[in-house]
Amino acid sequence: MIPRPRPERFRLRRTMMFMNAQKPGLIKDAYIYGVDSIMLDLEDAVAENQKDSARFSLYHALKTIDYGETEVIVRINGLDTPHWQEDIRVCVAGGADGIRIAKCESANDVKTVEAAVEKAEEEFGVEKGRTLLMAALESPKGILNAYEICAASERMFGVAISGGDFRKCMQTTPQRDGIDMVTARGLMLIAARAAGVQCFDTVFTNLDDNEGFIAEVMQNKAMGFDGKSLINPKQIRPVHEIFTPTEKEVIQAEKIVRAVRENAAKGLGVFTVDGKMIDIAFLPGAERTLRLARACGMYEGDLV
Amino acid sequence: MEILKPAMAGTLESSDAQVTVEPGDGKIELSLESSVMNQYGKQIKATVLETLDRLGVKSARVTMVDKGALDCTIKARVECAVFRSCGKSESGIPWGGDVR
Repeated sequence: MIPRPRPERFRLRRTMMFMNAQKPGLIKDAYIYGVDSIMLDLEDAVAENQKDSARFSLYHALKTIDYGETEVIVRINGLDTPHWQEDIRVCVAGGADGIRIAKCESANDVKTVEAAVEKAEEEFGVEKGRTLLMAALESPKGILNAYEICAASERMFGVAISGGDFRKCMQTTPQRDGIDMVTARGLMLIAARAAGVQCFDTVFTNLDDNEGFIAEVMQNKAMGFDGKSLINPKQIRPVHEIFTPTEKEVIQAEKIVRAVRENAAKGLGVFTVDGKMIDIAFLPGAERTLRLARACGMYEGDLV
Repeated sequence: MEILKPAMAGTLESSDAQVTVEPGDGKIELSLESSVMNQYGKQIKATVLETLDRLGVKSARVTMVDKGALDCTIKARVECAVFRSCGKSESGIPWGGDVR
């Protein structure tokens, strides 16, 4: 058995790559890509008559393969299917780091899953509270209930929007400028920040349109997303590059953190750094940049 | 477990294995075809037999076509085929018990 460390509720999750849990060729070496999280899929990628088989495959992969630093999340089948309860049992028994709730529409959906997870933790002797949760919002109702969903459980680390289903509900299709989902992305981000959880964007499915992909990821970062869902390993590097802070941003953040601390000791609340006004309000952002830089391996100082 | 009806699990894709189980006549008959027979034939057979033994299968005809599957995949396919043959593959699986 691979003893995976206790999952961290808040860690670096710039990239989350979907993989079919039923395909051994895919999941056996998923850790080599350097993706932050893999999302082993029991839902849409697995045909209805192979759900049972995918669980056996998932269980042994979780128990046998050393995914190292790569976080392992499992997407379970929707609460309107006969599969989700056994999906939860296998995730917990196998020691998955977290579970993604598909088609989540209310706090009640989160609580239903949480209760089943807790029961499974008890059944399999897994530390209570170990298994994390995230929710996929795939419908207008899910987006409108985003805040209650984000705040429904201590296990929740984030929410993601699922573009395919959502656009279908809204009678739209992917647009170059993102206008089709700008409201939904915005509402979900506000809800996630208000609840203090992470927020992830949907997949970009046209693998031949690199320019469109880059533009979408840059918009994601500008809007404040923590990361993006991916469908192909070639999408990992551009996202990591875009989400990693620049050297200039890291130096600036270091200066701000130092200056805030030094000036606070002197009793000064507001001052200038490189000609810009700085006060305590800049501290969380600067610390966040340093934490991100550290997680990306480009900051080794001791300020955070 | 008793093999009640023929059942199959797995595919013929690379890194996978396709396992068929059928009711036997009091013993385990294993027929194996593998793309890596010379290198790993013995180990694959041992894994299949060990898995059947753990599940308490005493009588079965087992056919496996291996396409270079890892041990963990072989176990998963054998177990799934056995549970399917008993009509018990959908829920209440003894994860960490007989399935481990």
